[in-house]
Amino acid sequence: MTQILLETEGLCTGYGNTKILDNISFKVNKGKMVGIMGPNGSGKTTLLKTIAGAILPMAGNIILQGRDITKIPLKERAKKIAVVMQFQQAAYMTVEEYVMMGRLPFFKPFQFFEAREDLDRVHKYLELTHTLELKDLPFNRISGGERQLVSIARALVQEPLLLLLDEPTSHLDIGHQKKILDLIDSLKDTLGITIVIVLHDLNLAGEYSDTLVMLDETTQTIFSHDRPERVITKETIQQIYHTDVLIVENPITAKPGIFLTRQKQTDPQGG
Amino acid sequence: MEQKIQKWMLVLVLLIVFLVLAGFLALVIGSSRIPFQDMMGILVNGKDTASYHILTGIRLPRIILAVAVGGSLGVAGTLLQGMFRNPLVEPYTLGISGGASLGVCLTIVFGLHARVGVIAYPVSGFAGAGLVILAVYALSIRGGALKPDSMLLTGVMISFVSSSLVMLLMAVSKSDDLHNIVFWIMGSLDEPDLTLIKIVSAGSILGLVVSLFHCHSLNALALGEEQATFLGIDTVRTKRILFITASMLTGLSVSVAGIIMFVGLIVPHFMRMVVGSDYRILIISSFLGGSAFLILCDLFARTIITPLELPVGVITGIIGGIVFIYVLGKKQVRL
Repeated sequence: MTQILLETEGLCTGYGNTKILDNISFKVNKGKMVGIMGPNGSGKTTLLKTIAGAILPMAGNIILQGRDITKIPLKERAKKIAVVMQFQQAAYMTVEEYVMMGRLPFFKPFQFFEAREDLDRVHKYLELTHTLELKDLPFNRISGGERQLVSIARALVQEPLLLLLDEPTSHLDIGHQKKILDLIDSLKDTLGITIVIVLHDLNLAGEYSDTLVMLDETTQTIFSHDRPERVITKETIQQIYHTDVLIVENPITAKPGIFLTRQKQTDPQGG
Repeated sequence: MEQKIQKWMLVLVLLIVFLVLAGFLALVIGSSRIPFQDMMGILVNGKDTASYHILTGIRLPRIILAVAVGGSLGVAGTLLQGMFRNPLVEPYTLGISGGASLGVCLTIVFGLHARVGVIAYPVSGFAGAGLVILAVYALSIRGGALKPDSMLLTGVMISFVSSSLVMLLMAVSKSDDLHNIVFWIMGSLDEPDLTLIKIVSAGSILGLVVSLFHCHSLNALALGEEQATFLGIDTVRTKRILFITASMLTGLSVSVAGIIMFVGLIVPHFMRMVVGSDYRILIISSFLGGSAFLILCDLFARTIITPLELPVGVITGIIGGIVFIYVLGKKQVRL
């Protein structure tokens, strides 16, 4: 039997008085990866930030393990939900110190120094994300891909039930994209973490997610939430992105792959 | 980790040694020469001598005040730079000291100190600082959250307004008052009232302790405000407490010692280069560093053209500014 970890009920959210998303209801099963997709401005990041607790919902509920997240104290919430945003602010500390920040929610009152076990955990997750050799480098000096991996390590050190990621692979090359998504994919099994991930790239979203939530910019709500092959269809893409695409099944994984066709047709022979 | 603790202990010991040495120098050197070898004897046996009075009645309180004020400004600058994630913020940028100086000027012009006594200065300075804090705070709250950028702008503007008002007061005041105001504004650690020194010292220690309780939050804020929230930090509350703490530290310092430039700006920067950006060590280092820096600047101010005494604010401005430009050119200053 599958267990529901996260559930939103009639969630309505936005910034200030501007409503961006309305009546968002979906469920996330434990140990699964749910991808959030949608055109620019459809509110993917807003939805993620609302679930993360950075934006207070205007209406509706976000239920984590049967509890309304707005009623869970911040520190306790940080032990359950970890967040990796798209960009990491420059922080003048070493990679090890940066990852150690993830242990802050576990510090007892009046605890000044980290304990041995905190450091062990930091090393464990640096190792898991293949970034242990960077531990003494300044966080600002490492590359974008490495920063993303280190941020994931920082999130894992929180030992969360739910990991929220906002486009962790944007601006990265294809090698880093695969490396990071394979890593995130493996966390479901190795650590039993549930993942909600915003992905811009439909191919990646379709390949890695167990289910996909497609947001519709015009109606400000969920267009569909289903298995990737049912969400990524020619018709849906046409309706949501107003773009004609060709969907081809990946011969190895049987997941949907998307091809764009150039408006000006050229001779395939190159003549 | 053990290595880090060892390094921090070493930093602390060195800073304390440096501070004690600075304090010792300031005790020995002065316009009236008290031979070093006689000092112990005077302190132990010579209770009625003039030298004893100079040492314990004039020089020592001044050193204590320098420790409190330098430490307060150093910590206030560290807190503000950390909160705003902006290396140029210091107590003066946020108008806190502008408000305090306006308060003190009003006291001088209206002769309040003659009626209520010497306590009028710190009280009015503190009231001025408090009013500015409230104004900056109220003007930069949008939707329940403090907006750092608008807070900075508001602070800078209030600072301009208060300095203009201070100039207005100077233009219309009597020459006696004018002299008082000018000297007060330029900053001096010449404070005869022991009670005031005690108040400022107690305030600086209190501020230091409160700041130390928030070192983890400040570290988390370095990752960005949003990320700090995700790490379980109540950023709204933290910013409020730290802003009030920084204001209290600045308000107390300004109200007793006048405007002492640059300590709140360069001490945190300098300490960051020496000890790194971890607030667990940075806050206490800034306190000790600020204290030692101000003791030495004050020593400079009162000995360089003896028997005349220069305003210490001028010295910190000149030394601080030059050192800062030099260091900035040598090394990338980081927050």
